[in-house]
Amino acid sequence: MEANNIQLFSIFGIFIVMLFIAGLYCILMTRNMMRALIGLEILTKAVTVLLILAGYVTGNMAFAQAIVITLIIIEVVVIAITAGVILSIYRHTNSLDRSTIRDLKG
Amino acid sequence: MTINIVLLILMTIAALWAVMARSLLKAAIALAVASAIVTIIMFRLASPLAAVFELSVCTGLITAIFVSAISLTRPLTHAQTITMSKNKFKRYWYLPVIMVIAAAALFLLKIKVDVPLPQVLAIDDVRNIIWNLRQLDIYGQIVLILAGSFGIVILFRKSDKDGS
Repeated sequence: MEANNIQLFSIFGIFIVMLFIAGLYCILMTRNMMRALIGLEILTKAVTVLLILAGYVTGNMAFAQAIVITLIIIEVVVIAITAGVILSIYRHTNSLDRSTIRDLKG
Repeated sequence: MTINIVLLILMTIAALWAVMARSLLKAAIALAVASAIVTIIMFRLASPLAAVFELSVCTGLITAIFVSAISLTRPLTHAQTITMSKNKFKRYWYLPVIMVIAAAALFLLKIKVDVPLPQVLAIDDVRNIIWNLRQLDIYGQIVLILAGSFGIVILFRKSDKDGS
């Protein structure tokens, strides 16, 4: 790997790790399900930037873009379905707090 | 490189704001800002097509999904917001500290990335890769979008008991 690319990878890597920590911390610490979904979205952002960076550094930009487009499609479907599930739970329990979900009754 | 670093710092601040914002609506807006900054980073890393997807889908559609979902829930009262924000501060003040410690540790360790790189593909047109090389992905995406739409329809279907 070229010296310029190594420097780019190191700098981006630090921020990607920070973004990953923020997302993971949000999912682990929050009790609000909607905020956990925001944490999941931040985790996906970190992965997206990492994929694009890997493509740029290795010279496989076209391939990285194809993978990222697939990732974005998966991401939006997951977010839409999960938001729907959270709203359904909200209608049943009248709360977004995940500690209030104790049973699996429909 | 300087612009990249500024963009990365802004992206991290926006993500931190999304995690720590009091109201969910502000968190969703912060997430949209982070997505927009990721888009600019993608443009700068020579990925225009993925950047356009990120801008339209992540910044636009996902923010719209979040805002609609949040607007369908009941907002907290003023007293509840104050109590929640106090508890939230107690739980979340560690996050910036952990992030700074992790960044400093990574910066000081200077981990050498010396892995053998894969061969550069002969095809360098993203449309060619999507439609020819990774055609199966397209079918997967179609199935996924259909599954998502049916899932949403089923989730929001009114039951027969409601009289509809």
